[in-house]
Amino acid sequence: MKIFFYRHKKKQQLRMLWCVFSFICTLYFLNSGFARDYDFIVVSDPFLKKTPIAVTEFKTSNGSSVEIEDGKTARQILVDALNFTGYLKSMNPEAFLSNPAQTGIKLGQINFRDWTGIGADLLVTGGITVENNHVVLELRLIDTFSQKLVVGNRYSGSRAKLREMIHRFCGDISYALTRNRGVFDSRIAFVSTVNGNKEIFTCDFDGQSIEQVTAHKSISLSPSLSSDGQFLAYVTYSRGRPEIFIRNFASKKNVIVNHKGMNISPAWMPGQKTLAASLSFTGDQEIYLLTLEGEMIKRITNSWGIDVSPSFSPDGRKIAFTSKRTGTPQIHIMDIATQDVHRLTFKGRNNTSPAWSPDGRKIAYVGIEDNGINIYIMDVDSGMPVQLTMDAGDNEDPAWSPDGSMLAFTSTREGRISRLYVMNASGTDQRRLLKMDGKQAQPNWSLLWNKDN
Amino acid sequence: MKNRQWMNVVMVILVAGLFLMVSCAKKPVVVDPGPIQNQSTIEADEAKLKAEQMEADRIKAQRLKEQLEKEKALAMVQAAKDHFVNQDVLFEYDSSELTSEAKLLLKEKAVWLQANPGVSVTVEGHCDERGTTDYNLALGERRAQTAKSYLVNLGVSGSRLSTISFGEEKPVDASATEAAYRKNRRAHFSIN
Repeated sequence: MKIFFYRHKKKQQLRMLWCVFSFICTLYFLNSGFARDYDFIVVSDPFLKKTPIAVTEFKTSNGSSVEIEDGKTARQILVDALNFTGYLKSMNPEAFLSNPAQTGIKLGQINFRDWTGIGADLLVTGGITVENNHVVLELRLIDTFSQKLVVGNRYSGSRAKLREMIHRFCGDISYALTRNRGVFDSRIAFVSTVNGNKEIFTCDFDGQSIEQVTAHKSISLSPSLSSDGQFLAYVTYSRGRPEIFIRNFASKKNVIVNHKGMNISPAWMPGQKTLAASLSFTGDQEIYLLTLEGEMIKRITNSWGIDVSPSFSPDGRKIAFTSKRTGTPQIHIMDIATQDVHRLTFKGRNNTSPAWSPDGRKIAYVGIEDNGINIYIMDVDSGMPVQLTMDAGDNEDPAWSPDGSMLAFTSTREGRISRLYVMNASGTDQRRLLKMDGKQAQPNWSLLWNKDN
Repeated sequence: MKNRQWMNVVMVILVAGLFLMVSCAKKPVVVDPGPIQNQSTIEADEAKLKAEQMEADRIKAQRLKEQLEKEKALAMVQAAKDHFVNQDVLFEYDSSELTSEAKLLLKEKAVWLQANPGVSVTVEGHCDERGTTDYNLALGERRAQTAKSYLVNLGVSGSRLSTISFGEEKPVDASATEAAYRKNRRAHFSIN
């Protein structure tokens, strides 16, 4: 009897368990299955899933044609900027089930199921007021699943500053999502022959707002922007031989580093007013530390053979550089204080142009093999190279974005003419950054940009 | 007898008369003595002119010969100079070492430099387009310096030779072929 009772009880318990289990399963499948019916995300890389973000129409306040136009423009700038990141993907508005421009842009006015239902993890609503050439933007980033306001800010300024305001909002979004303001405040310096000679130019992170910096009508190369965007160091033959000019954007004055021999490869120490450069006044190219006034602080490398292209670690304590001390050009790492050196690259006979990532963990560089010139990434600790470009022309000059999410580089993949490209740090989404007449090369991506320049 | 003697006398008279007639007939026209003198002067002048002409031609030919010789000499000097400037010293890929051909060419250049002691020269170092800008600037400098050192060791005064590198910035042939790359990997000599 007892045994029978026991077996019966066990059967009941099992049945209960099975009921609960199937109930939970049903709930789960119901929930996710509903979302899976709408899949607007094109996943270009199986390892990186971009977060879908819905950017809705901006609500106008007085409904003037200027307001409507500016609202459309502002929304498009925002969509383009968010798509520029490697981790967000703006959704197709045709999928939207409601329009906050009509139903309300504030948190309390949102019907969250309209957004979670179509898989929009993030939602942006906006309000725009334009009066007398003055714009006020009210912008919100909303997490639709937790139903929380992530960013809610008001931005105002003249209509001419519309792009800048939207980019500041993007920086706020980026900071909220990644604890890093991202690339929206940054600027890229580069070399272009659009006017016949190699001169230095700068542009926004997305290749727009191009400005010419030098007009030496000579050969000007290797631009390097300081962390705060206040200074630009570059190499120029304007006075007959390679010298480093350090331009102060605020004072518009130049300091010239012109030791005997060659003065090349300027690179700023992160966050400091100190730079490294390769000088050959001793008869051999070595890397030195200089003040921003061009004065010698100390000699870093001490080895016969070419030492060139320094790139600082984010803490400024080490440099990665190209050296031929072992017989072929390879990347080496040196501790500035202790003078310890070790070789980083062992695969391939020609590895140059190192770029240390902002998080300190990886070094991007250029490797030349029989099958071409390509960009590689190597973990500083593990030393395993990963090839990022292939079968696409010659690829050189890798430069990290200030948040470490992307690399700018030079490529001849289109018509054998060198142009500027960007890609995610994983190597995905390789696309051209800008197009000018002539050739473009040697991008340098600043950490920060002083908008008053 | 008398008839015959009479006939002789008549004959004599006739012949004499004939002679007279002839001599009368032959009486010369009176010619102006002037033209006779001009004729000889003309002839003399013509001869003089001809002589002067020949002398002028001779001088002209002489000058032309000298000119040609001068031009020939200048051309030879120019050719040697062109040879010095146009013949680049070539290098292997990623190398600044001198090949045996490079050394031969540098020896020729040393000879020219010794023969033209007043001339100062810039040795330019160049690279092909592969490889990064900065590395190629450095490699170009080493190529220029290696060439200069070799010349100095051959006795050319170092103060006459300055060096500069242009890296990959000034190729002689911008094509992307091995032949073009080879031409670009060079030390080039230009006269200051």
